[in-house]
Amino acid sequence: MAIVNNRLTAEQYDQNFSDIHPPFESREAALVEANRCLFCYDAPCIKSCPTSINIPKFIKQIATDNIKGSAHTIFSANIMGGGCSKVCPVEKLCEGSCVYNLMHEKPIAIAKLQRHSTEKAISGQWRLFERKPATGKKVAVVGAGPAGLSCAHVLSREGIEVTIFEKESKGGGLMTYGIAAYKVTPQFCEDEVNYITSLGGIHIQYNKELGKNLSLPELQRDYDAVYLGIGVGVARQLDIPGETLDGVVDAIQFIYELRSKGYPAVPVGDKVAVIGLGMTAIDAATQAKRLGAKEVTIVYRRTQEEMPCTEAELEIAKLDGCKLQWLAAPKEVKGQDGKVQQLICSIMQLSAADASGRRAPVDTGQTFTLEVDMIIKAAGQVPFEALITSEQIEHRQGKIIIKDNVTNIPGVFAGGDCVNGGKEVVDAVQAGKDGAAAILEYLVSSE
Amino acid sequence: MADISANFLGIRSPNPFWLASAPPTDKKYNVLRALEAGWGGIVWKTLGSQVKNVSSRYSAVDYHGSRVMGFNNIELISDRPLELNLQEIRECVKLFPDRAMIVSLMADNDRSSWHEMIAKVEDTGAHGIELNFGCPHGMNERGMGSAVGQDPEIARMVVEWVMEKATIPVITKLTPNVHSVVPTGKAAVEAGTNALSLINTIQSVTGIDLDTLIPNPNVGGQSAFGGYCGPAVKPIALKMLTTISQDAVTSRVPVSGIGGISTWKDAVEFMLLGASNVQVCTAVMKHGFRIIEDLCEGLNNWMDEKGFATLYDFIGQSVNRITKWEALDINYHIIANIHQDKCVHCGLCYIACEDTSHQSINLEYGKPYNTYTVKTEECVGCNLCKLVCPVEDCITMDEHRKGPEYLNWTEYQRKGLPLNDH
Repeated sequence: MAIVNNRLTAEQYDQNFSDIHPPFESREAALVEANRCLFCYDAPCIKSCPTSINIPKFIKQIATDNIKGSAHTIFSANIMGGGCSKVCPVEKLCEGSCVYNLMHEKPIAIAKLQRHSTEKAISGQWRLFERKPATGKKVAVVGAGPAGLSCAHVLSREGIEVTIFEKESKGGGLMTYGIAAYKVTPQFCEDEVNYITSLGGIHIQYNKELGKNLSLPELQRDYDAVYLGIGVGVARQLDIPGETLDGVVDAIQFIYELRSKGYPAVPVGDKVAVIGLGMTAIDAATQAKRLGAKEVTIVYRRTQEEMPCTEAELEIAKLDGCKLQWLAAPKEVKGQDGKVQQLICSIMQLSAADASGRRAPVDTGQTFTLEVDMIIKAAGQVPFEALITSEQIEHRQGKIIIKDNVTNIPGVFAGGDCVNGGKEVVDAVQAGKDGAAAILEYLVSSE
Repeated sequence: MADISANFLGIRSPNPFWLASAPPTDKKYNVLRALEAGWGGIVWKTLGSQVKNVSSRYSAVDYHGSRVMGFNNIELISDRPLELNLQEIRECVKLFPDRAMIVSLMADNDRSSWHEMIAKVEDTGAHGIELNFGCPHGMNERGMGSAVGQDPEIARMVVEWVMEKATIPVITKLTPNVHSVVPTGKAAVEAGTNALSLINTIQSVTGIDLDTLIPNPNVGGQSAFGGYCGPAVKPIALKMLTTISQDAVTSRVPVSGIGGISTWKDAVEFMLLGASNVQVCTAVMKHGFRIIEDLCEGLNNWMDEKGFATLYDFIGQSVNRITKWEALDINYHIIANIHQDKCVHCGLCYIACEDTSHQSINLEYGKPYNTYTVKTEECVGCNLCKLVCPVEDCITMDEHRKGPEYLNWTEYQRKGLPLNDH
């Protein structure tokens, strides 16, 4: 057993990381699906989209061969509508509420239709938005992830000059660095960021990190307002013995390497345990398998009833051959010569429902052992608490507290994962829009 | 099993489905394939002086992802040598003696041309003649086709010439490109035609290529008015058929129904409104001759279910159900009822009623699903919500009479009853 890279041939890597949701092959195929849409009024799908994309409208526009109008409808509500069409858990959002479900028929393939229009717009570099005349105002955005980009795009359209400061060397945030490669390719993420900034008025400065080579007071001094979309950081610690052994890795770090270094460069074990069952856990588990791990076991302390990922995501993991250990909590990591050899898990059971209706996992005292050489931690992410504290921003366990999108510091706004602790890309896009609206109001009122 | 055999002017066929005069019936090869497939009769593509056709010839209207809802052609009458057509008709009649063989004719506009043509057709052994007074493109510009059918007096004259000569039954085919088909139909009957058929195609422009700005069908950068047919024209044909069935003169002769018939249901509707048999074209141009199987089986099963032993037990049964508006019962009142167990909350009934009808549906907000209910006191019973609802039987129109007795508009006015106050 060993953690090694380069386990597969180039063809195998290509196959394993190819697009899991292929697009429509032709205009006709998209038309057939678009024409299925009933064009509901006050549609449930719109209400189930955090960015409230006018879905029936953009689908109708595909049906009338108005693809440009369709892309405009999508991007007006969600400038990352292209990426969201690939990564959104649509089965619990728009597609989950499609009225066809109530007829026991397949819901409209909303994500696939959205991809049909947005990919054409991005690859064709369609110019769908014009900037209003310059206002002379300048806003600094920290973080070029979904929240920051979304905020910047709205502000720039309103004639504001926006500078985004990004600690990585590429934009897109978790879209670029934190999501399974078979959902979005690195190239797509880059194209999407370039498409957003092609509007003009948005300048990204890379390798600028708050608290290191970037200071909040200076940003406040140099800009009319500041928006923080800094996301969340590393995976939550397990706080169990042996966690520091060689072979225990952070899911975010693991996916980051996979996205930034290329698949053959990323080492993976023979037998891998993944802790947690959120979207990131699924992305880590499936990709470990696709990198060539022989056995991947997902360890989750509750049951399928309580799991945070969707059924569709769980299905991907199962089809990839990942095993599941329900009602198991990591207790101790054992190793030899500083390297992981075993994961000892406590067997849990669910207590009676508490006041909130949630059933807590309780240790039964019994344990079992998994023979593993790699453990990927994906039990949630931890906010940048130290950074936020040092910048004197009020927070609750590291999550920035905002009131009407503004922090305790006047002129400093925040949104996305750094506020909510980590939700979907589409939630961050909406947070960016909300932040931009609040900033616009602030800039007008402070004139 | 019901008996679906037909007898039209003594011309017998095993079923009431004839192929209309059109490209599918323009030569022996197609016709034999059709007869082998089971078609009851053939109306051979119009014979006349030989013409030359252009390319392209057809165009269509697609709707909501469905192909050929309406079909359009600028093809003229048969462009094959007359003698070859006559020879092939003769051969087909011999090979399938139990099927109807009608020959469509459009002679030059003089008595001797018609007489000459009729003699040649009768010599083939064909069972009947159909006069093409309907072709709306090309031929009409030469004083033939719909140019004849649009003027009752010219039609009367030509039918008279024909009846002087013909010894086999004559069917006069009417053009719909008129305000009413009745005047020409009357003239033809008075001139002695044995039967009528309708409708021929409707003049149309089906669409324009938005890249080239050239209307279709495109013939080297130009187009011409074509004849429209297919499912889109069926309601128009049914209306025209009804006027023929209700007129005292035209109802004296049998009618062959034509116009967008694609299924056995369409055929039954034509027959209920007075057609003794039907003719089909566009549906076979889309799907081939094989559709005859379901036409026959569907008709047969429906007749069995309804207890009709022969076609003549139901032909014309709905003619008297279409009346003048003034005779309708104002006391008949229906109110929409949305069955919540079937509702999928699409809101289509609501927006249709709210924007374009009588604001009779209530929206109770829900996330993600709204609840829609009918304001019964506001509902005028127009059917719109039921028509747009995507779920079968989710909205029913329930009867709530305004009064027990029949009351028409004339009576209503006479009694001085109140008009709407909103």
